Amino acid sequence: MPVSLSRDGDRHWKRRTSRAEWLRFAGWLALVMLFIFTWRVMTQDTIWAFVLDAPRQAADIGSRMWPPRWSYMSALWKPLWDTINMATLGTLLAVILAVPVAFLTARNTTPSVVFVRPVALLVIVSSRSINALIWALLLVTILGPGVLAGVIAIALRSVGFIAKLLYEAIEEINIEPVEAIRATGASAPQVLAWGIWPQITPAFAGISVFRWDINIREATVLGLVGAGGIGVNLESSMNTLAWPQVTLILIVILATVIVSEWVSAKIRHALL
Amino acid sequence: MSSISRRWTPPPLIANRALRYGVYAGLCLYLLVAFSTIEFNWTRMSEGAARAGNLFAGFLRPDFTSRWDDIEAGLLESLTMTVTSTIVGIILSIPFGIGAARNIAPVPVYAFCRAFIAVARSLQEVIIAIFLVVLFGFGPFAGFLTLAFATIGFLAKLLAEDIEDCDPAPLEAIRATGAGWWQVLAYAILPQVAPRLIGLSLYRVDINFRESAVVGIVGAGGIGATLNTAMDRYEFDSAAAILLIIIGIVLACEYASGFIRAKVQ
Repeated sequence: MPVSLSRDGDRHWKRRTSRAEWLRFAGWLALVMLFIFTWRVMTQDTIWAFVLDAPRQAADIGSRMWPPRWSYMSALWKPLWDTINMATLGTLLAVILAVPVAFLTARNTTPSVVFVRPVALLVIVSSRSINALIWALLLVTILGPGVLAGVIAIALRSVGFIAKLLYEAIEEINIEPVEAIRATGASAPQVLAWGIWPQITPAFAGISVFRWDINIREATVLGLVGAGGIGVNLESSMNTLAWPQVTLILIVILATVIVSEWVSAKIRHALL
Repeated sequence: MSSISRRWTPPPLIANRALRYGVYAGLCLYLLVAFSTIEFNWTRMSEGAARAGNLFAGFLRPDFTSRWDDIEAGLLESLTMTVTSTIVGIILSIPFGIGAARNIAPVPVYAFCRAFIAVARSLQEVIIAIFLVVLFGFGPFAGFLTLAFATIGFLAKLLAEDIEDCDPAPLEAIRATGAGWWQVLAYAILPQVAPRLIGLSLYRVDINFRESAVVGIVGAGGIGATLNTAMDRYEFDSAAAILLIIIGIVLACEYASGFIRAKVQ
């Protein structure tokens, strides 16, 4: 800790040296400048009349949205079922694809750190960078609208997520059981099955359930680009300005998300 | 070899045998039913195969040049949206996070903040964006508000959990000196949560960038709008270029945030 002498000879303790203080100040200043600059660039085309108008618009839409049209519920059960299926099947497909990727990525199980690991990491990053909605946008043009595009979109987005968390879990395993099993003369697949796999099973199950929960949320909007599920109804209700239906759909989505979060928390709690 | 071989098996995930097989059977049945609801439209897929080919060809020969003006404008909107929404989101998430921490906030404040966070987290960014576009008009301003709102939901929850997990000893010690609420916050809580808050904020930067690519699809500005246009025109080479740019920027963000986090923590 730096000490400075004041004019009358007292010693003052400070947390940082003057140089560090100035550097911090410069850092904060740069951040503020960056904010102002980006704000100006971002809002140069904003029509402020629309922004100022927002409270009135909100009140207007709010009055149209209430009360929700409960009778529309009968048309929502099928899309809701599709939504849940998309999330579950997408997660399952992602898990199947992610396990080999994770083993190829983890430093202690990859066949080659120089050649295989970078490729597997690239797969993980590409999958993680692109949102399920964008994958769905691509897949709908290729496969046509429907649940299938949604399932694959969910899967492609989730592979990177699951593989990343799983390979981190694999890298953190205890090496002793693995060596003990290797010492018995076990082959590589046997070491994998008896030494490594049992150690990561809880993490694996936890990650999968966690991602399933996220995927339920993602699946609710895939319909906006035509990939099936409750989003299709949301899109069509908004296009026809049927606001009471929109309210009901939002309530259903909120309820589904809350239930799935509760289920996933229960399962993870039981597992760990 | 003796004929009596005792085979060891690892303990199963669910200890109760009946429950275990019940869960497995139920899962299999559900998966079968769920799988049977998917429609495979083979004729449509074979039509799409040519497009899939074009898309893959696009990835091999991405076209950065012919739509560069659109891409540049979209990218600029996305990046400015990311920066402003992250900064505003962090600033607003701090009071919400403090309010949602049971150990320092009074009950009414706690209930309000928790409810707000739950709503902000449950609704997808895209749904919020649709509404904000209706309210605030097309363009990046709606996207900025969406991402800032989503940032509050994400950061405030994690911050609240961090504060609740704080070591109570320093809190007691600072309180024992007669410190007020603000002083407890500044000297006991902040030093404990600051490193993780910085880490999470950096993580949120790249989430916000990724999401900024999505909100454009519903009209909230950014690179997503450009991507959507490219897809609508079946310009797969331009679309591939945009996707590669997104991947590149996310990668750069991840490296940068990893570097900064290593320095801070």
